[in-house]
Amino acid sequence: MADTLLEVTGLGKRFGGFVALEGIDLTIAKGERLGLIGPNGSGKSTLVNCLCGTLHNESGTVVFAGKRLDGMIAHERTRLGLARSFQLPKPFHSMSLVDNIRVPLLYTVNARHGHHLTDAAIAERCEELLTHVGLADKARRRPRDLTQVEMRKLELARAVATQPTLLFADEAMAGLSHSEIEEIIAVLLRLNGQGITIVLIEHIMSAVMSFSTRLVVLVAGHKIADGLPQEAIRNPEVERAYLGE
Amino acid sequence: MRNSVFWLVIVAVGIAFVVVSRLYLTNEYFYFAGYVVLQYIVLSTAWNILGGYTGYTNFGTGAFFAVGAYSSAVLHKLPQLLHSAFDLTIIPVPLPVMIVVGGLISGLLGLGTGYLTLRLRGVFFAIATLALSIVVQTLIVNWDFVGGSRGIYIIRPAMAPLGGGYIEYLFTLMTALSVLSVGIARSIEGSRLGLGLAAIRDDELAAEASGVPTLRLKLIATTMSGALMGMAGAPLPYYVTYLDPASSFNLAYAVNSVAMPVIGGMTSWIGPVIGAILLGTIQQLATVTISSALNLLIVGVLLILFVIIAPNGIVGLVQGWRRKWESDG
Repeated sequence: MADTLLEVTGLGKRFGGFVALEGIDLTIAKGERLGLIGPNGSGKSTLVNCLCGTLHNESGTVVFAGKRLDGMIAHERTRLGLARSFQLPKPFHSMSLVDNIRVPLLYTVNARHGHHLTDAAIAERCEELLTHVGLADKARRRPRDLTQVEMRKLELARAVATQPTLLFADEAMAGLSHSEIEEIIAVLLRLNGQGITIVLIEHIMSAVMSFSTRLVVLVAGHKIADGLPQEAIRNPEVERAYLGE
Repeated sequence: MRNSVFWLVIVAVGIAFVVVSRLYLTNEYFYFAGYVVLQYIVLSTAWNILGGYTGYTNFGTGAFFAVGAYSSAVLHKLPQLLHSAFDLTIIPVPLPVMIVVGGLISGLLGLGTGYLTLRLRGVFFAIATLALSIVVQTLIVNWDFVGGSRGIYIIRPAMAPLGGGYIEYLFTLMTALSVLSVGIARSIEGSRLGLGLAAIRDDELAAEASGVPTLRLKLIATTMSGALMGMAGAPLPYYVTYLDPASSFNLAYAVNSVAMPVIGGMTSWIGPVIGAILLGTIQQLATVTISSALNLLIVGVLLILFVIIAPNGIVGLVQGWRRKWESDG
């Protein structure tokens, strides 16, 4: 595929005797909106952790933007353009929202060859990102002052501050109300419109179906379906995994 | 305040402090007591770089401190050793050079310790640093060249540079080290490095996902922290004139260097300074009025009080009052 951004081949991960992922093959094209679903314990977050460098896969290869990521640690992958948000928001509690955004700008954007944002440019970018997710009026506040949906938005803003080409949004809508889910989807669609490829890992099927242009289904560490969302959910194996025999 | 201005201010304060002390303090006791308080400013500030800014609790202060002290003891014996072994005559090593060497060796120890232990977190890291202290102490106890378990006598040079007695000289050097450590801590706090260390303290996974090279930054913190602790320990042989493992690895160094930032406040450079002045002074007063055996008891009682009343230390307490005052006003 000419516009391939990420290519995963035969990826495997074990925790002792437990096989968390086995033989995962996955290709993601530039600009895609990929939905990654599966029951609890199917290996979705493990796959994201392996791709982002939080965990190390024992087998298989990962090629991102033409570079092999094997052995590369998490912050190096982030600097290559691979960002993530966490299932449970992990804000920097002791910092203001602006400083939460400054961290990736200083350590990722400014660490890239040929990039150096001045202090003024960093301040401007922080404001821009917080405005983008609707948190500009709370820029000087601490994360403890935020609501759940605002925390999720901060998480996304911090990931986007790394200027990624591929973003993994790991259960960015968990625990949110319907209207809050709509807000997050709107943010993700805007980011995709700006050219960021997005992988949405989610349990809320309505959100996944409205957002994704392609769906990948994991069950017990294996990929059982990959295709258009409407086709993938009608796959008999997927129905069996979700609804039983 | 800009960093350059802050440096100028604290250097000026340091010089003024020494000058005023020389002019008005006639009793040597004040220099002995002041030296200890200043030494704790260096130790607690150094501890706070790793413990407060980065969130890694280090109980191995005694090891880094003693390595600095023993490196000075080795350098003190060096001319004698070279003369007897190679018939070489060299001038005695000046104390400022010993401080630099002590800092380098302890910094290297910090780097090595960090590399081996920084994959551990929380209580496991703390235990590993405590173990380091025991390992280093065991090595020193079995090293005959520096006196082993019986210790080593150090004769102070007859003349002290900068005029005055030798204790005044030690006091001046420890003031300079305090200024250096506080300046370094303040510079880190407002820098890119400080932001990265704070990110590590808040959430290491999120820091790494934000592009922070966590291992590298933690190694910088352990190295700087270890180096400053070693520098604080380097003049010790000339202060005590008898260096032995039991006193140089004393648990009080580890306990005090943790307690002082906790009591003063760990998120700001001023916290360890306030904690060291407060606790160090109380301990010195207790030593002369009651008994030095009370020192650790005082630390324990104050720690319990502060954990209950002001878990973020004196700085946190004042910041809380200020926020409340601002919101009321």
